[in-house]
Amino acid sequence: MAYPKSYRYTKEHEWIEVKGDLATIGITDHAQHELGDVVFVELPKPGAKIEAGKSFGTVESVKAVSEIYAPASGEVIEINGELQNKPETINNDPHGAAWLIKVRLTNAKGISDLMDAPAYEAYIAEKGKETSA
Amino acid sequence: MRYLPKSPVERREMLAAIGAKSIDELFASIPEKYRLRGALKIPGPYSEAEVIQYFKERAAENAAGYTRFLGAGVYNHLRSVVTDTIIQRGEFLTSYTPYQAEISQGTLQAIFEFQTLMCQLTGQDVANASMYDGSTATTEAVLMAERLTGRQRVLIARSVHPEYREVLKTYARNSGLRIEEIPFSTSGTVDTKALQGALKDDVAAVVAQSPNFFGAIESYAPLAEAAHAEGALFVVAIAEGVSLGLLRPPVEADIVAMEAQSFGLPPSYGGPFAGVIAAREKCVRQMPGRLAGQTTDSEGHRGFVLTLATREQHIRREKATSNICTNQALCALAATVHLTLLGKEGLREMAEQNLSKAQFALAELLKIPGVRRAFDAPFFNEFTVELPRSVKIVNSHLLREKIVGPLALGTAYPELTKKALVCVTEMTPRAEIERFAGAVKSALEQPV
Amino acid sequence: MRWNSRFRRIEEVVANELRPLARQMRNMNEKIKKASRHVSQKEGLIFEKSSPGKRAFELPPLDVPVADASKVLGAHHRGDGVEGFPEVSEIEVIRHFTRLSTWNHAIDLGMYPLGSCTMKYNPRVNEFVARLEGIATEHPYQPTDLSQGCLKIQWLLEKCLLEITGMDAITLQPAAGAQGELTGLLLIRAYLQKQGNPRKKVLIPDSAHGTNPATAVIAGYEVENIKSGANGQIDVAGLRRLMNEDVAALMITNPSTLGIYEQHLPEIAQILHAKGALVYMDGANMNALAGITRPGDVGVDVMHLNLHKTFSTPHGGGGPGAGPVAMKKILEPFRPVPILVEKENGRLALEPVRRESIGRVKAFSSNFGVLVRALAYILAYGPGVRQATEDAVLNANYIRKHLEGVYELPYSLPSMHEVVFSDAIQKKDGVNTMDIAKRLIDYGFHPYTTAFPLIVPGALMIEPTESESREECDLFIDAMKSIAEEAATQPELVKTAPHTTRVGRLDEVSAARKPVLRWKPAAPRSTAAD
Ligand SMILES: Cc1ncc(COP(=O)(O)O)c(C=O)c1O
Repeated sequence: MAYPKSYRYTKEHEWIEVKGDLATIGITDHAQHELGDVVFVELPKPGAKIEAGKSFGTVESVKAVSEIYAPASGEVIEINGELQNKPETINNDPHGAAWLIKVRLTNAKGISDLMDAPAYEAYIAEKGKETSA
Repeated sequence: MRYLPKSPVERREMLAAIGAKSIDELFASIPEKYRLRGALKIPGPYSEAEVIQYFKERAAENAAGYTRFLGAGVYNHLRSVVTDTIIQRGEFLTSYTPYQAEISQGTLQAIFEFQTLMCQLTGQDVANASMYDGSTATTEAVLMAERLTGRQRVLIARSVHPEYREVLKTYARNSGLRIEEIPFSTSGTVDTKALQGALKDDVAAVVAQSPNFFGAIESYAPLAEAAHAEGALFVVAIAEGVSLGLLRPPVEADIVAMEAQSFGLPPSYGGPFAGVIAAREKCVRQMPGRLAGQTTDSEGHRGFVLTLATREQHIRREKATSNICTNQALCALAATVHLTLLGKEGLREMAEQNLSKAQFALAELLKIPGVRRAFDAPFFNEFTVELPRSVKIVNSHLLREKIVGPLALGTAYPELTKKALVCVTEMTPRAEIERFAGAVKSALEQPV
Repeated sequence: MRWNSRFRRIEEVVANELRPLARQMRNMNEKIKKASRHVSQKEGLIFEKSSPGKRAFELPPLDVPVADASKVLGAHHRGDGVEGFPEVSEIEVIRHFTRLSTWNHAIDLGMYPLGSCTMKYNPRVNEFVARLEGIATEHPYQPTDLSQGCLKIQWLLEKCLLEITGMDAITLQPAAGAQGELTGLLLIRAYLQKQGNPRKKVLIPDSAHGTNPATAVIAGYEVENIKSGANGQIDVAGLRRLMNEDVAALMITNPSTLGIYEQHLPEIAQILHAKGALVYMDGANMNALAGITRPGDVGVDVMHLNLHKTFSTPHGGGGPGAGPVAMKKILEPFRPVPILVEKENGRLALEPVRRESIGRVKAFSSNFGVLVRALAYILAYGPGVRQATEDAVLNANYIRKHLEGVYELPYSLPSMHEVVFSDAIQKKDGVNTMDIAKRLIDYGFHPYTTAFPLIVPGALMIEPTESESREECDLFIDAMKSIAEEAATQPELVKTAPHTTRVGRLDEVSAARKPVLRWKPAAPRSTAAD
């Protein structure tokens, strides 16, 4: 699956798309692949504050739980309620329909330090080599 | 040794195959100086007959032959031989937790049926596959309420079993939970005024037991309303499950913590029993313990698996909803078989007999001069009476008549001296109730 | 004539379809020595058999006047009976649960080599004595003078377990290993609190069982995971660096979950003790040590035992168990109440109050019936428990010897009662430990433990216990070798296993996405009229 050029990526496999002071956050195709079939997503409530580098929710497969780390700090303005009923969307369309939260950024600093698409692709290719070695 | 399937020759050959000269070589990683030299100082080895003899001798040193009027969280009920026959089948008795679903469908389906029975009994949506007992179920229900509400104050009725409250306090001591106790009224039930006074929007749970420790039946609706008005959860503890054959289920509760001992498990000097947590569907992800769920196999056949396991310690480790691993599965199976045998009518009839016998026993006791009913709330198979004398003294007289008298409430409740908690079940014959009342009467007539 | 033609049709089916299938099966069975097919009866849920008016249980007639429930309870307490409860007959109950039972694997049917679970033979005499009149019938609140038999059983069990562990004091109250862990950590906390500071952290190796970290949190501690050394043991130098006065305790499993004896335990204990911290030992693996060495002699301060592992009480599909906690003298004052004591006259009694006690961890005395079974086991062996330990270690090493090379052995230190391989060799053919485990079912064995310990990716954790004969071990070894060969030559066969069970692999994803956790009656069909 292609990694959208307009997104930025974290080492923990979240993506963030920034438009002005608003941002949309999700997990990457690589992350959903590693996790396997997603069965549950736990997200913060609208109004909650998230802090860059800190966990704001979890995604679960049958036998694993993964924390989701915030790529940036801000206030949650909307969550993707659809995922409650259709967690499989995360497996099917991680970069689109399965966005997790929308936030109003309080501090956009640091986002430009995140990886762009080619850098992220190189990063996961490198990781892949490590684990198969 | 009869349990070990090896001959000396086989042991030698196996050692040779490994390439070890002696068995000691296999323990070489234990430093020599820490290895035991002599034999352990424990009795045995005993043949099967000797083992049985030992335990028969111990059994004879207990209260066989005495009629007991004790309940207080452990009840003597009729059990069918069918229950023990089933749970002693090796396929149930000697299997592990059903992690490998394909060869554990028997256990898994039985758990699913247990969960269903527990939901039907409690009027709740989901129930787990067992906790250790009623006390830890109550405790875990409170911890669950804490997670669900994010609050840390807990109001628990003093009429909840004293040992359940003690266990809650042990678990809560290091978790930041603040446990406050709500007094009981003159009717023996929760003092709703006191509850309302204590309730604020920082309360995670209001916990009440019904029938409560004094045998009194609580009214759920006002307690639930009060709790819910402040955003607290209403937790109901049930120690005597047979009462549910006649009483309305606690549908007002958000979480029910139940002791399933009354369903086919012998008193066994206090355990093993089975705790249960039942709750509203929306609470399920904060539930502790195992859950079996229905699904299908590759060919579309119905089958069962352990599910929502990400709540549990083997996956979520320090963030798990509980540390429980081994539970009380075989006891839960016994309860499943027992309740299936009883069925709707059997359970109702058993409950009706308990109620009738308790009414009869109370009437007999009230004929004795000076004996009063302590609380006026309705009761099921246990009730509190006030005696004109110390319960302990009366009980020591009863022992001479081979009767184990009622529980003296003064031990756990200093304000309730001379109050006795009397329990009768369908197992207490009328003649024994009459003999008991007669013995109480003569005990009270003895000169001080 | 119609009968005749139908008959011929059946013959055709037998000749063309069933015989080849049977031949195929027989070929397969030659390889699979332990198992062959049997008929598995279908069985629905008990609720689906219900029909109003059927009874499986009758009570003796009531010998007192019937109370009017509505009157004595009040209308608002009175229920209408439990909605949906089954109504079936006795034979249906027996058949139902008997049929279900045949869908389980069990120790009674064969080897059950689940690592860390110690699936040993559960002697039947244990079940018999636990059900005796005068034992199963006793009420926990009856006077202690009328409970001397029950108390003596506990007293003797305490003495035996103290002798086996080399500790000073014990509590039999905890209901299982995890509750024993909690009890132990609360004892440590109470002890440290008395010195003025309960401290903050508990150190837990990354190879530990999940109950360890989950328990530490309930006891009010932060968990600090410590990485195992390259050889799988605790990294002593690393531990020394990590140690400080925030650490309350180390929880150590010995032998570790890799089945390796922690040789450096005395030194590790010194490191902790030097900083005022204590050593908790997870005793789940005592089946490797009983009668050979004693944790109390190597610096352990407190430990639990799993009576449902080492001491043969049945797992019963997941419980009940018992998790007694043995401790050194310094922790004794904090034991949960009530405390079993011997009076001057030799009578036993339960002391309900102790000023420094951590309180109760469970209602009533304990899982008493489980204690009875454990004592029956110990009495049957006496000092001979050593032989059981030796046989358990012998079996594990025998299996290791024969499977080394066939499966990868990630840690090569000597094995005690269990051996942990990994699926690294089979992974190359796309076959993982779960696939091998499922294929083992076709060979008539219960799988080993798969997802544990976490430090071995793709673990195969094998614990045969002393209850397996050489013959059963050989069959297991053959099966494992045969599966390794299948993984290399026909991986699909392994990856789609099991092939012979009642149900195939189950859809766990749907089960978790849309949980169905109870039976519900089918919705009544709406009538055409409305
Ligand atoms: C190493 C280890 N520790 C602790 C436990 C927990 O014991 P229990 O299941 O009795 O709570 C287990 C049980 O599986 C175990 O294997």
